Amino acid sequence: MPNPTTVTYFGIPGYLILWLVALASVSLFGRRVWHYVGILRRARPENRWDRPRQRLQLVFTYVLGQRKLFDEPVIGIAHFFVFWAFVFYASGFFWNLLKGLFPVMPIPYADDLPAMAFALEVLGGCALVALIVAATRRYIFTPPRLERSRDATLILGLIALVLMSLLSGQAFKVLREGHGTPWSPIGTLLGQALTSLGAAPASASTLYLWAWWIHMVTVLGFLAYLPYSKHLHLLVAPFNVFFGSLQRGGVPAASEGAARLEEFTWRQLLNALACAECGRCDRVCPAFNSGFALSPKMIVHSIKELLWTHTPGGEIIGDTVKPEELWACTACYACMERCPVLNEHVPLIVEMRRALVAQGEIDQRLQEALTHLTRYGNSFGQSDRARATWTQGLDFTIKDARKEPVEYLWFVGDYASYDARVQEITRAAARVFHAAGLDFGILYEGERNAGNDVRRVGEEGLFEMLREKNLQALDRAQFQQVVTTDPHTYHALKNEYNWSSTNGRGRVLHHTELLDILIQTGKLPIRRHREYTVTYHDPCYLGRCNGVYAPPRRVLSALGAKILEMPRSFRNSYCCGAGGGRIWMEEPPQLRERPSESRVREAVALRDAQYLVVACPKDVVMFSDAVKTTKNEERIAVREIIELVAEAL
Amino acid sequence: MNIVVLLKMVPDVVEELEIAPDSKSLDASSVRMILSERDDHALEEALLLKERYGGTVTALAVEAPDVDDALFTALAKGADRAIKILGTSVTTSATARLFSQILPTVAGPADLILTGVQAIDDLDGFMAPILSRLLGLPYLGVVTAVKVADRTAIVVREYAGGVRGEFEVPLPAVLGIQSAEQPPRYVPVAKVRAAMKSQKIEAISAPALAQPTVVEILQMTKPEVAGRAEILEGSSEEVAEKVCEILFARGLLQKR
Amino acid sequence: MTGNIWVLAEHWRGQISEITYELLVLGRELARDLGVGLQAVLLGHNAQSLGSTLGGADSVLYVDHPALAEPTPEAYAYALAHLLTERRPKGLLIPLTNLSMDVGALVEAPFVNACKDVRLVDGRLQARCVLYGGKIEAVVVPAGEPTIFGIVPGVRPAERVDRTPPIETVSVPLPEVLKVRWKSYVEPEAGDINITKQDVLVAVGRGIQDRENLTLAEELAAALGGAVCGSRPVIDQGWLPPSRQIGRSGVIVKPKLYIAAGISGAPEHVEGMKNSELIIAINTDPKAPIFNLAHYGIVADALEVLPALTAAIRAKQG
Repeated sequence: MPNPTTVTYFGIPGYLILWLVALASVSLFGRRVWHYVGILRRARPENRWDRPRQRLQLVFTYVLGQRKLFDEPVIGIAHFFVFWAFVFYASGFFWNLLKGLFPVMPIPYADDLPAMAFALEVLGGCALVALIVAATRRYIFTPPRLERSRDATLILGLIALVLMSLLSGQAFKVLREGHGTPWSPIGTLLGQALTSLGAAPASASTLYLWAWWIHMVTVLGFLAYLPYSKHLHLLVAPFNVFFGSLQRGGVPAASEGAARLEEFTWRQLLNALACAECGRCDRVCPAFNSGFALSPKMIVHSIKELLWTHTPGGEIIGDTVKPEELWACTACYACMERCPVLNEHVPLIVEMRRALVAQGEIDQRLQEALTHLTRYGNSFGQSDRARATWTQGLDFTIKDARKEPVEYLWFVGDYASYDARVQEITRAAARVFHAAGLDFGILYEGERNAGNDVRRVGEEGLFEMLREKNLQALDRAQFQQVVTTDPHTYHALKNEYNWSSTNGRGRVLHHTELLDILIQTGKLPIRRHREYTVTYHDPCYLGRCNGVYAPPRRVLSALGAKILEMPRSFRNSYCCGAGGGRIWMEEPPQLRERPSESRVREAVALRDAQYLVVACPKDVVMFSDAVKTTKNEERIAVREIIELVAEAL
Repeated sequence: MNIVVLLKMVPDVVEELEIAPDSKSLDASSVRMILSERDDHALEEALLLKERYGGTVTALAVEAPDVDDALFTALAKGADRAIKILGTSVTTSATARLFSQILPTVAGPADLILTGVQAIDDLDGFMAPILSRLLGLPYLGVVTAVKVADRTAIVVREYAGGVRGEFEVPLPAVLGIQSAEQPPRYVPVAKVRAAMKSQKIEAISAPALAQPTVVEILQMTKPEVAGRAEILEGSSEEVAEKVCEILFARGLLQKR
Repeated sequence: MTGNIWVLAEHWRGQISEITYELLVLGRELARDLGVGLQAVLLGHNAQSLGSTLGGADSVLYVDHPALAEPTPEAYAYALAHLLTERRPKGLLIPLTNLSMDVGALVEAPFVNACKDVRLVDGRLQARCVLYGGKIEAVVVPAGEPTIFGIVPGVRPAERVDRTPPIETVSVPLPEVLKVRWKSYVEPEAGDINITKQDVLVAVGRGIQDRENLTLAEELAAALGGAVCGSRPVIDQGWLPPSRQIGRSGVIVKPKLYIAAGISGAPEHVEGMKNSELIIAINTDPKAPIFNLAHYGIVADALEVLPALTAAIRAKQG
């Protein structure tokens, strides 16, 4: 085959044409990328260079392994092939570009190497099939939140052109040679087909040159177009993943919030460039699905729009993102669990909420809750002195961990302490701990709200204040481990209290973990096995944020329960709608269906589940209400796992 | 425009208030002080007026437990000065007298003096009207909105059933605020903490004033109806009869 | 004339307020115990005819002045101060309403605020005052006379005495131009009623079960001159407009009477109504938290109690 760049076209050497096209493409590409790099460099700093080994692990799992994409399996497999085809085609392209620009280099073109040709052809074939799957999905079986944009169509077309031009080039090689090789399966197939159709081997060289140039120019065009389109994700995503968060359920480091582009950290802005607008986040978002104003995808997209135009000082909040969108988030992290490129929607929202809080732009009910939390350490507006009044219904006294040493310090939490509907459950927990002979105590009035939701509302200063006060109280107490029934409290104490630096002691346990241990070690004898069928709701901050899935299920099995899993379970669990401070906020009118109602219907649809078992005080409140509003009182009952344990003693 | 806001700390009724052994006062250990709700509205109105017309807001309060928190919060919200009067003042009328002595010298010439229209511990009068009498300034209370043009304020006073009245009040004047034009703003904890670090509360000593007793407390008690409901028993008709008696006794039901 | 008991006759937009008749009942008790006269003080302009409705008093002191045409506290205080100095009554009862509350404090005289009762004990007038949002009551004696007592609404059942009292017109030299000038009234915007302004609220919750049962509550509210409101589930069902929602996501109300029918008393709801002056709760569940808050409780089905109550009230009203 002739070398396409040593051939002259109308007297102009091919390499010169390639130089011109390549320079044009690279300069367009470079200009845009430089624009983005400049913005990122001016953004607020954020350290994402720690623990590089774990970060590389992320790249292996989520970029090379494409793990999150398989949550939607059909398109997941299709994308997997397109991705790997891209990797090989990109390397082949740059190889060929180098050779084409410097024809004197003593190397062959990549597709002339048998092994590389084989890979390119097989992956190219698979990717073509994958493109058909992708196009069918996008245009015929369109999932919600996926757009049939011109951008997407163009990209699909370009990819197809890139693949087909290379594959036909391979075919023309076979046509000219007159025989195929096992290293060129598709080329052989196509080449032989051409021969049998009567194509002249003499025309093969010209056709090959055409194919070669179409391939190179298309890829160079693609390169120039890339940073102007959503397909920038294929360049940015690997970096985005490498710099991804290593803390599940995390929030941004303390800051004054961000309302303008330059107030975000570079990693927060990188989210926008990595976004492929696939809509997975929206599809799992409880707020979005309930008819709240929020679309996590559009939050990220709004930032991308500002990056495109980059008007310094341009306000994001108000102009492109409305406050009600930000307030709709339940901080359940479902979007982040799903996002294939490890975008961090919740931290982005929290960062912007901070700006709203700093301006005092918050809803009246939330303001009340925060004022109460500041003054009394609880959102109920009840006296902190009344925090332990729930203990009055017990026939034994709970130790005061501030006065005597205990093995387990029970951090009770707000809802468990103050909510009239939950208090009985809290007493049940006390009775179970007592029956197990546990050496436990509470902080009585010394305890404050742990601050998990306060932090996610964007009131970082209040979170810090609550944490300080709690740490002071904890410092005065003597204990070995901390136990709590509240996953929100659990998450804060375990991951956001920086125990190691202030207090060397203490592992934090959720009560389901403790119950599991107590049952397995025989300290909590289950006397009455019950035959019932239940389904279990994984609380966001226990499951998704901390990976505690097995202990509650083991406890339920030990009680004799048969567990039916809801379609959305484990890390795909569906939020009750209370998190992120939503439980303190007003609900917008005309919601389609509350998240809690959707969840109750999901549980009821299992038909045989008698109980919707929960392991979070807020779930008790939310789902009990939802069972009533969906008129399912006859069909299912909400039970906190501790109640079932108490009954079995 | 210079606005002075008078702030007062009152016992927080979220706490279970106990009566001291002398049965004439509150048990101090049961009391935790909080900024009087209406005063918080007065502060908000002052800040709104400052935002609208420019000028300064000076917050003035008599020393009391946790008064520093309230004053720093006022600074964090946007007040320009915070002044604490050292000394104690037991009754509303005595406090009004104290303010009337201090205001002209300490806070500078004020165009508007705002304070809450009432407080939960007002026993011998209301601050704003007494102060206006002592200072010889015009007064209006139950105020829900203020506009200022030239040296005159257009002030809205609230009546029953949503009816309001509009008044013209020449400045300087004393206004008793019922509610600000918008709910008191939220100020994040970080801002209050920053104010505590970077701003100062000016402390001045109170002039020695005679505090004549206007109202003498003989005894304090807790009200009879408190805690768990008194359960009315009987058939629906019997219960209805009992409810009528209760309503009648409370003046909620009149015989025609 | 000195040593009498006076009642400030509150009137507004051509009508004597209900509370005036309550105060006249209390004033009558005090005058009787003291053995002195009871006088109503009527301040206004061309309002003499209102005096004829004040039969509960022995006589009416009437001050007529253009400055008193509209309720400006300054003019009222000016006139009252003049009368107090001139006539030296023992006590003046004024209503603690938005209209009259601050008049007393504008006058230089001992003032006793928030009285829920005034009695003659050992020859001295003794008041029981409501302090700290109703958490504490204080029994107090004023240090001087004449004393002005600010009386909370509902101190006695109002009573109209069908008798025309003698009216004495008193001339008070009021300044022609007052510092504070009344300009106009601003009427509330039309639309749904404002439940925060209602004295009586009948609140319904999940316990009313069905939309049709709402009429039971409406009838009771009509009988009591109040309005119907609801807890979250009722609003969610669309049975009542959102403007009628009590609680965290609705409004906070402090009516004189709050009847909670079929409401369990979730904290979100309680926040919106806990400061009501009188709470009567009807619920089938004796353990419902609403009973921890209500002053009176009825453990029964609201659907049975509501009509019975409406009937009983209608019968009383005749």
